[in-house]
Amino acid sequence: MKVLLSWLQEFAPVYGDPVEIGDQLSGLGLAVEEMTAVGGGLDGVVVARVVDLRPHPDADRIQLVDVDDGSGKPLQICCGAFNMSVGDLVPLATLGTTMLNGMEISRRKMRGEWSNGMLCAASEIGLGEDEDGIMLLEGAIDPGTALVEALELHPDVLYDLEVNPNRPDAMSVIGVARDLAAHQGVGFAVPAPSGADKGQDVASRMAVEVLDNDLCGRFVGRVVDGIQVGPSPRWLVNRLTALGMRPINNVVDASNYVMLELGQPNHTYDLAAVEGAALRVRRAFDGETIETLDGVVRTLTTADGVIADGTDTAIGIAGIMGGASTEVSNGTKSILLEMAWWDPMAIAASSRRLGLRSEASARFERGTDPEIAELAMCRFAELLADSGATLAPGIIDVRGHLPVRPPVRVRVERVNALLGTNLSRDEVSDLLGSIGFVSQLAFGDSPSADLEVTVPSFRPDSATEIDLVEEVARIHGYDRIVPTLPRSTITGALSPYQQDRRRVRDAMVGLGLDEVMPVPFLAPGDLERAGLPADGITVTNPLVAEESVMRASLRPGILKTLAYNASHRLQGLGLFEIGHVYRCPDNEQPLPDEREYLAVALGGRDAGDAVAVWSALADALDARRYELVADGPAGLHATRTARIEVVGSVVGYVGEVDPSALVAYGIAERVGWLEVDLETLLAIPHGRRSYKRVSRYPSSDIDLAFEVDEGTPAGLVGACLRKAAGDLLADLSLFDVFRGPPVSEGRRSLAFTLRFQADNRTLTDAEVAAVREICIDTVQSTLPATLRG
Amino acid sequence: MISNLDHHLDEAARAVGSIDDLDALRALGVELLGKTSVVTEARRALGGLDPDQRKDVGQRLNEVRNELERLVSERRTTLEAVARSVTLEAERLDLTELDGNKRLGHRHVVTQTWERLEDLFVGMGYTVAEGPEIEDEWHNFGALNFPLGHPARDMYDTLYVDHGVPGSTLLRTHTSPVQIRVMEDGEPPFYSIMPGRVFRSDTADSTHMPVFHQIEGLVVDRGITFGDLAGTLEAFTRAYFGHDFTSRLRPSYFPFTEPSAEFDIQRPDGTWLELGGCGMVHPSVLSAGGVDPEEWSGFAFGFGLDRLALMRHGIDDLRELFRNDLRFLGQF
Repeated sequence: MKVLLSWLQEFAPVYGDPVEIGDQLSGLGLAVEEMTAVGGGLDGVVVARVVDLRPHPDADRIQLVDVDDGSGKPLQICCGAFNMSVGDLVPLATLGTTMLNGMEISRRKMRGEWSNGMLCAASEIGLGEDEDGIMLLEGAIDPGTALVEALELHPDVLYDLEVNPNRPDAMSVIGVARDLAAHQGVGFAVPAPSGADKGQDVASRMAVEVLDNDLCGRFVGRVVDGIQVGPSPRWLVNRLTALGMRPINNVVDASNYVMLELGQPNHTYDLAAVEGAALRVRRAFDGETIETLDGVVRTLTTADGVIADGTDTAIGIAGIMGGASTEVSNGTKSILLEMAWWDPMAIAASSRRLGLRSEASARFERGTDPEIAELAMCRFAELLADSGATLAPGIIDVRGHLPVRPPVRVRVERVNALLGTNLSRDEVSDLLGSIGFVSQLAFGDSPSADLEVTVPSFRPDSATEIDLVEEVARIHGYDRIVPTLPRSTITGALSPYQQDRRRVRDAMVGLGLDEVMPVPFLAPGDLERAGLPADGITVTNPLVAEESVMRASLRPGILKTLAYNASHRLQGLGLFEIGHVYRCPDNEQPLPDEREYLAVALGGRDAGDAVAVWSALADALDARRYELVADGPAGLHATRTARIEVVGSVVGYVGEVDPSALVAYGIAERVGWLEVDLETLLAIPHGRRSYKRVSRYPSSDIDLAFEVDEGTPAGLVGACLRKAAGDLLADLSLFDVFRGPPVSEGRRSLAFTLRFQADNRTLTDAEVAAVREICIDTVQSTLPATLRG
Repeated sequence: MISNLDHHLDEAARAVGSIDDLDALRALGVELLGKTSVVTEARRALGGLDPDQRKDVGQRLNEVRNELERLVSERRTTLEAVARSVTLEAERLDLTELDGNKRLGHRHVVTQTWERLEDLFVGMGYTVAEGPEIEDEWHNFGALNFPLGHPARDMYDTLYVDHGVPGSTLLRTHTSPVQIRVMEDGEPPFYSIMPGRVFRSDTADSTHMPVFHQIEGLVVDRGITFGDLAGTLEAFTRAYFGHDFTSRLRPSYFPFTEPSAEFDIQRPDGTWLELGGCGMVHPSVLSAGGVDPEEWSGFAFGFGLDRLALMRHGIDDLRELFRNDLRFLGQF
């Protein structure tokens, strides 16, 4: 919503520096997006008459224009526009003028021809957006007249305000003036329009019937006679132009002016063009068509409301746009002026369905003031009075269902408790009163009585106590509420899960891996290319197809990241991501199965490096009791992948990405891979080991090498040794794996070091020998393994 | 006798001085001081001297022997030092050849901001709550006082997913639904922040992404006021941005708070920046979360997390954060 300071001042004597007023408006919740000085900066710009037009001898894109600047002598100007004719009146920036953009006009040669000033386009002098060429002035003006005088311009300030959806009243000049007056503590009044009724009563000239009382809460109509369509007075044109509306003619301009000033959209029908001298407000029929004022034929449904004429033909779309058939034209003598209250939700739905938003619909869908029509009609007539228009006696006023607005009980102690203020009942009552909310005492005049507040008709947003608490705070001033700090009554902390997640991140970063954050949207086919099932949850209304599938795995996003970086010659990257994946649930649960995963990709490195990342992670989380079990899930390397089991639960996979998935993503290097379902892993008890005393007695090491076939995992041999060695085992490690002669084909030698230690004595050679025998026997009897000599 | 000893000492000193090998020095040491050495022989011969002479010669013999020991020891120290420096020289390394190929990984720049905010609010007595990114219509809108068909729903360009009844499941448009989940899952008082990923149907440009991050704050306790909201955001502003920053609240509108406000911060140069929205939790929202609005009151705030990351590092394009170019991510 744009407003001019001078316009606000017609309703309240607001004062102060324009910047300060802007801050006050922002402080009231009417955020100033832009503040512009208008109507000034035109010193030196005069009206000139075009007396001759000649081609420039040496340039195609400029012409020579001789103008009369009032001196009587023709003045040559070089001009790049060609839209004027001899006799036209145009704005001339004379020599020495400083333009709005800071440029100073001087006498200069253009391609060898003198230019003694500059003819101006409207935008160059802050008078509109029209870029067609030089601004052409209408009416009889003596050349040499200062432009400000000719156009009746006055220095003014234009504010462009951002109005929140809950403030329909601020979509009008008076709404903004009311708030500002309340803030400044100055009076606010909307003057009663002058003018007397004359002519034939409306009752005999038009009948109105409202068939849908929910759609139309009120329909008010009056007839205005003596219409003479012509241009509007200059001051009115200036205001409409400043607020961004294009002047059309005096009738349309007055209609727009009333809407901007009072917030009541309205419609004018050429009375003679309304068939049957009757209007019916009803829902449209499915498939009903109407040509609207913008010349477009629109097809309606029962979701739209229409105003139909006496033949039941639609002549307007309710609350959105009028029809072409009854449009006011140059021959119009009398008009029917309509001011209605439409159901906001109905207009919003209709406007959205039609894809048609107008200044009117924007106001109706926020909720207009149902009680302003009488005043607004008189104001409309007053604006046209100088051209001879008069209001006919009588008023059509059909009421449907208007929202019931019961008074709102306001507890002053509640106001203070929520705001942290110490306002008295009178102060609360005065603050509300300053913006039109009238307070009474709820029960007699007891000192503790609550306020019973009548909400004004222009504030449909205010219906409950909390709404009025906000109004009190707003007018009192948010900046006057003293900042305090609540004393938190709980202990601030990250949850155990959140702490562990940080530990995971610390471990990854410590291993030199970089965190990436691909978007969780995938393109159709991304999961399949990664060798995964195509079971991603789909987006119903994606912006682009590339973002239409929600990831069911972190893998596609990371593979894309590797490919992207490879295309910039960055290979061998170690990356990790912690993020959600989304899957269709097995059961009928209301939301998808959403889990947080860790994924690690090691470009140019293999499964062994991935296992090292996992074991470091397990160490970081103190989750060391895990097993790696050879497995080849979809999309991972069939012979170089293991599933990770912790206390019997599968928590993820470690190994390498399937080479065919790498080909599909255009990745030319091996990729070591680890993925962990963090929620499952971290739910398994980990950490918090109890203390084990370090033995003070010496330890003894033995080495054992077994020859086993390739199908027997080293982990299994190690687990078997661990079990056999029992409590005396202090440490076990696989220190050598050997293939080749003398070990036979298809088998390999696994060499382990076992360290034995007791915590209460030095072990004897005999004890160590005994446990060594047990280890050898156990491995040889339970696994296809033989001790190497 | 004494002159013989003096002569021996002179010769021995010359011999020691000419040795430059530790093994040879050890052999010479035995020769000069061992069982068959001149000084040992001389000591043996002392017994055959008359008492007067024995005293003088004995004294001189001790002096010569001490001097010989000193000469050998001194020479050993010198030769050992030479040997050490030869060994060390042989091990000389150019450390600049070895510098620069080991680095830690980097947290994503969004994560860094996220954790910084968590730490700050944990210090102020808050817990951190999280919720699902795919939400139901009730938590994202209904419970937050956006009735079905409410025009304020249009303020959000919502992406829906194909799950359950059409229109029932969506990609959360803000972190505010976590407010409801926090209230449903616990009992007041609540002091929580809720960082998370959110979604809008926005075409990516330098200031918009279809996926971005927000952080939400919720405080519900007895006697919480709008003044508490202002004070909390001011404390946050100074702690996060610095003591030369300040904050203000301006009236605004959100369905789930009332009174509602925009939360602006003022930079040291006096310019203002709109940071986020906030307000007192609307009574209907408290009720939707199962909290009695007559007994408890609260405030909530929310703002964009990514933008703080951009501001901190002077990044001018939001898309950079999610392009995952390591030349970018490695800078933070």
